[in-house]
Amino acid sequence: MEKRSYTYNMVFGGILAAAMTLFMLMGIIYTPYDPEAMDPFLKFAPASLAHPFGCDQFGRDILSRVLEGSGTTFLVAAGTLLIGAGTGTVLGLCTGYFGGWPDEVIMRFNDLVVAFPNILLALIFISILGPGKYNVILALGIVFIPSFARIVRSEVIVHRDMDHVKSARLMGAGHLRILFVHILPNIKGTLLSALAIGFNNAVLSEAGMSYLGIGVQPPDASLGRMMSEGQAYIFTAPWSILFPGIVMILMVLGFGLLSDGLTEMSV
Amino acid sequence: MKYLIKKVSTLIMTLLIISMLSFLAFQVIPGDAALSKLGTGATEQKRQELRREMGLDGPVLERYGRWLVGFLQGDMGESYTYGVPVAGMIKEKLPVTLAIAVMAFLLMLAVSIPLGLLAGKHAGRLPDKILTAVDQLVMAVPGFFMGILITCLFGLILHWFTPGAYVSYQEGWGPFLGYLIFPALSIALPKCAMGIRLLRSSVIGELKQDYVRTAYSRGNSQRQVLFGHVLKNSLLPVLTFWALAIADIVASSVILEQVFTIPGLGTLLVQSIANRDHPVVQAVIVLVAGLVVVINFAVDVLYGIIDPRVEVR
Repeated sequence: MEKRSYTYNMVFGGILAAAMTLFMLMGIIYTPYDPEAMDPFLKFAPASLAHPFGCDQFGRDILSRVLEGSGTTFLVAAGTLLIGAGTGTVLGLCTGYFGGWPDEVIMRFNDLVVAFPNILLALIFISILGPGKYNVILALGIVFIPSFARIVRSEVIVHRDMDHVKSARLMGAGHLRILFVHILPNIKGTLLSALAIGFNNAVLSEAGMSYLGIGVQPPDASLGRMMSEGQAYIFTAPWSILFPGIVMILMVLGFGLLSDGLTEMSV
Repeated sequence: MKYLIKKVSTLIMTLLIISMLSFLAFQVIPGDAALSKLGTGATEQKRQELRREMGLDGPVLERYGRWLVGFLQGDMGESYTYGVPVAGMIKEKLPVTLAIAVMAFLLMLAVSIPLGLLAGKHAGRLPDKILTAVDQLVMAVPGFFMGILITCLFGLILHWFTPGAYVSYQEGWGPFLGYLIFPALSIALPKCAMGIRLLRSSVIGELKQDYVRTAYSRGNSQRQVLFGHVLKNSLLPVLTFWALAIADIVASSVILEQVFTIPGLGTLLVQSIANRDHPVVQAVIVLVAGLVVVINFAVDVLYGIIDPRVEVR
């Protein structure tokens, strides 16, 4: 079959994901108003030119809070991937390449963790560590390790005995060089697509945890927290839940499409 | 048979490890439960007495053994917050969460099988394109937001149910299940989307197989081929997803119970975490994890029966 250089999912997802990433990054450095500033006169103010997303129950500017919340969400998701995907990839590379009993032990342990609901595992860690932004990152990060280890491992096993790896070995390349120069670049497609999915899972898990009140704690704003606070005012001020919701959905949609596009390309 | 023995021994090992890990996890938490119950002014002697009473004395492994034996006999200890047996609390909440989970699972099957078949059969055509787009969107909606949207649509706009007016199963199963259908729907929708996608690609793959052409050449109608031959084979890869979805459904229930203010296992878990009520948290988690592992085991065995090739591997 002819290999297409791009697909509809890839283009649309890529643009959306890039736009949302910019939006999130902007939230870290700039917000039009102070996200914490309350104004009793602006309580439940609907959308206007000065406040495009309206104001919430304390008269805080929702656009500023959505920006700040996206920044927090991005931080949590990126931190989670750094821990989860980083450790998982190294673990998967080593166990897949070297095999033997450590592989067996780690994979059994992985089976165990994968069978366990993500949120539930994160809840256990939170009940031990206590809530808060950094503990959420740590908890979700640890929870994400097994799935990445498993994906990378199965790919490494495929590539381990391929001719280009064998010839590299014959030329006297070390294990590290083979792993990172000859195998890792070949599984890039799968890994990137897993990263996009992982990013989504992290965003959704953080939202769920913040909704339960055990994720990001005030005064930090996160999209999940804003939506859980806005739920009470869904009729008086629907914009206080709608805008964070829409931003989150666009974010997850963008990365989801991107992941599909990447998978289509690597097939 | 050998396959079954291997699976059962793995199951027992897994259950043991899960219980051990969740027990140990709550041992490393700083702080002394006896001391927090007595207050800081307690004498050392009194503290030791209470520790013995609460089963907090002795080496870790001994305590684990005692706890495990108690757990298996239905004695899950006492709640720190309420001072009542944990087993009773769980027994009261378990049917609620189970009802939601079972309903969500059935809804998932009822929606994703016909739609997955439809999308696979008409791949690339309009119904498939619409379904794929809706799928993408549904999967991007966070679980609790889906719950809020459904509350809005069915509760506040269509008035099919009253949000927050949960009826306990002790008061009548009819209204109880009638209320739970909405959280179950919120849980099932994202899983349906995933299921449809998987079944779709599986059906597309199967339709290219030689046996489909053979079936047609024998004079079977399209319906007969699709339901009699293709469906069964395409369901095999999706079965694994459904097994994994069970764990997700239970986890989503924890969140959706909050959205619909349902006093189930999830609400109990979240409250107990907030209250640092460790015996309850521990019991709920071991129970849920055990349940998930046992279901996965059942699916594995089922898989072996449906597709005998698995045993050879």
